[in-house]
Amino acid sequence: MTLRSLSFWFGASIVGFFLVIAVIGPWIAPYGESEAAGDVWLPFSHEFLLGTDSLGRDVLSRLLYGTRTTISIALIATLLSFAIGMTLGFTAAVMGGFVDQIISRAVDVLMSIPMLIFALVVLALLPSSAVILILVMAILDSTRVFRLARALALDIAVMDYVEAARLRGEGLGWVMRREVLPNALPPLISEFGLRFCFIILFLSAVSFLGVGVQPPQADWGGMVRENANAIGFGLVLPLIPAGAIFALTIAVNLLVDWQLSRSGLKRVR
Amino acid sequence: MTAADAKVLRIADLHVEAQDSQGQWHGIVKGVSLELDRGEVLGLIGESGAGKSTIGLAAMGYARGGCRIAGGSIVANGQELAGADRDELRRLRGVRMAYVAQSAAAAFNPAHRIDRQICEVPVSHGLMSAEQALATAKRLYRRLRLPDPEHFGRRFPHQVSGGQLQRAMTAMAMICKPDLIVFDEPTTALDVTTQIEVLAAIREAMRGEGMAALYISHDLAVVAQVADRIMVLRHGKLVEAGPAERILREPAEPYTRELVNVRRAMAPEKPEPATPPQLEARHVTASYGNGIRVLRDVSIELHRGTTLAIVGESGSGKSTLARVLTGLLPWEAGECLLDGRPLAKRLKRRSKSELRRLQMIYQMPDIALNPRQTVREILGRPLEFYFGQRGAEQLRKVEGLLEMVELPRDLVRRLPGELSGGQKQRVCIARALAAEPEIVICDEITSALDPLVADGILKLLLRIQNESGLSYLFITHDLATVKAIADEIVVMYRGEIVQRGAKRQLLSPPWHPYTELLLSSVPEMDVRWLDRLLAAREVSSTAPEPAASLPAPRP
Repeated sequence: MTLRSLSFWFGASIVGFFLVIAVIGPWIAPYGESEAAGDVWLPFSHEFLLGTDSLGRDVLSRLLYGTRTTISIALIATLLSFAIGMTLGFTAAVMGGFVDQIISRAVDVLMSIPMLIFALVVLALLPSSAVILILVMAILDSTRVFRLARALALDIAVMDYVEAARLRGEGLGWVMRREVLPNALPPLISEFGLRFCFIILFLSAVSFLGVGVQPPQADWGGMVRENANAIGFGLVLPLIPAGAIFALTIAVNLLVDWQLSRSGLKRVR
Repeated sequence: MTAADAKVLRIADLHVEAQDSQGQWHGIVKGVSLELDRGEVLGLIGESGAGKSTIGLAAMGYARGGCRIAGGSIVANGQELAGADRDELRRLRGVRMAYVAQSAAAAFNPAHRIDRQICEVPVSHGLMSAEQALATAKRLYRRLRLPDPEHFGRRFPHQVSGGQLQRAMTAMAMICKPDLIVFDEPTTALDVTTQIEVLAAIREAMRGEGMAALYISHDLAVVAQVADRIMVLRHGKLVEAGPAERILREPAEPYTRELVNVRRAMAPEKPEPATPPQLEARHVTASYGNGIRVLRDVSIELHRGTTLAIVGESGSGKSTLARVLTGLLPWEAGECLLDGRPLAKRLKRRSKSELRRLQMIYQMPDIALNPRQTVREILGRPLEFYFGQRGAEQLRKVEGLLEMVELPRDLVRRLPGELSGGQKQRVCIARALAAEPEIVICDEITSALDPLVADGILKLLLRIQNESGLSYLFITHDLATVKAIADEIVVMYRGEIVQRGAKRQLLSPPWHPYTELLLSSVPEMDVRWLDRLLAAREVSSTAPEPAASLPAPRP
């Protein structure tokens, strides 16, 4: 087995594991998400496999529930940011001129504001709900997707086959879907993995700062924050959700690397 | 020095292999041997894939990425290059041997002045001081007949023309006085009139400096002007070798005979058209966003079932005319008519039927076909889009189209990347035909193809015209193609029409000076063609560029 396929299987099995947990987590959790099941800060035991937190809730159960929350919010946000970024990016590249200028400059304005601070302000002002959280992350992240999608589509839009489609009388949607998209797809798939990681980290960061997923709902970033004090008492508790974040991002990155090397993009000419 | 060392280059039984995507090694040069005397020019000729560039690079001990020199010996000046270590080769390359590539624009760094780039090699190898190098460079500029040799090198690469840059690259190759220069298609990307200047300058400089050269080209007529001997290659093997004159006059092998006699496609004479024009442009003026006029008062008429050739060099506005007619570039003044009805300026305003009747074929089939669509999808889409055909009916039609362009039916499932250049261009033709057009605009459609393949494409187009009465608007810089296929000819120069007429009338005197320049610039299969031409033009080192005798462009 080559190193490449090894990293693929390693990454794929971790990502697959987390996806399964995200689906079945709540059913296999021994306790409820916010149920105070025992004493505070209990060590690992048969009763509480990963111990309990500052409110006496079972850490394993919260981790299982949190997997679903974190992954689903991040996945929806990433999908949405790609839908927005790719549509706008392809439109800007294929139409060019005035349309391109308007969209690109608007994106520049959005990108010039530091992402985290912007998100903190917006999330603090707006009522906290999962929908708003997803929308804010998706819109902020779509600026990065837009840049890549536009750059890729610009290279494709100058090809004669795109001109041939336009001369045939094809509409913008068909040109984007059938001529541009298939040729831009491999790098965009890799980018999807990377952006998914960034969104997980970003979600964890805003949750850690208290404006993300609201307690008592569990998510990985929030769990780190809730139990941050424990590290002062020599407990490994906050490192458990942090480790989950770490494992998932590394695994996704391994898959991205594999995908990039498969599509030959790593061999830069 | 032994007798064997008198040869500048001695390649014996050279084998070069390339690796495919599965990691298998395949021979691309299979046992070629050649020898090169001091001061001799050897022409390597063949179609793409013949291995001529690979041999040129191997002569410098180099193999492209994914290739390897698998066997044989390459002895330059008595030194074995096959298997020589990198430091050794680095000392030789650029100094004892040099390379001139097809695209000079890609070989020069746009951020540095030409002088600096040309003087870099001799100075960094410690062969000359900076002043000596500069003096040598200026001497070479003069020898290569570059304008204002004292100050030419002060310019940046984008400030000189393509032909001048190609000569500057030759100067770069010559500055260390190498024993061997490898020219890889140095004039292929140039206009015919520029090609003459570069060809003459290279030849004169080679003779003056007494260097040996490998001259690689797909154009036998061009090679014959510079080479003493010619080697014809095909599929990595030698077909025939001999003195240039003998190869042209008495080619022994059938393949060489085909190369010498290529361009046999010929349109039959047609009667004068009596019908009103099918496609017409009246006094069209157009410019790009920067305000530079690219078309000035251009009028053309294309009659049903005929071929109108638009001839001109790059920058003459011939491709812009195609963009105007197809609606990609709105014109400023004038009008365009299809079957007597005015066409909208913009593509979006045109009806589906207008779009359908006017189809286009492109120069580069590689980028004219979506690499992620199968032949079935490529040909099926216009059928579905214009006629609503789907499923089995569509497939039958696609197969019929493939048959019409003389391709096997089982290509339907292939992707463009699995086809050869000529096959791709045939698929492009089939895509245009799928719309059942009345007029097909062909923009330089044969210039990226090998001569024999291009000839096949022209014959195909003529046959289809015969069968279905299509009209072609044929845009090209290649007068040989025009002679083969056109009924009427329009000659364009810097955005204006300088001469027009039926083929027979236009190809015989009296000519507009520019038409005459174009006609005389087409290389002929005769080793003394360039000599005769230069003698006729009385080109001396002080002569102005040929184009200077033409009317200056109006701003």
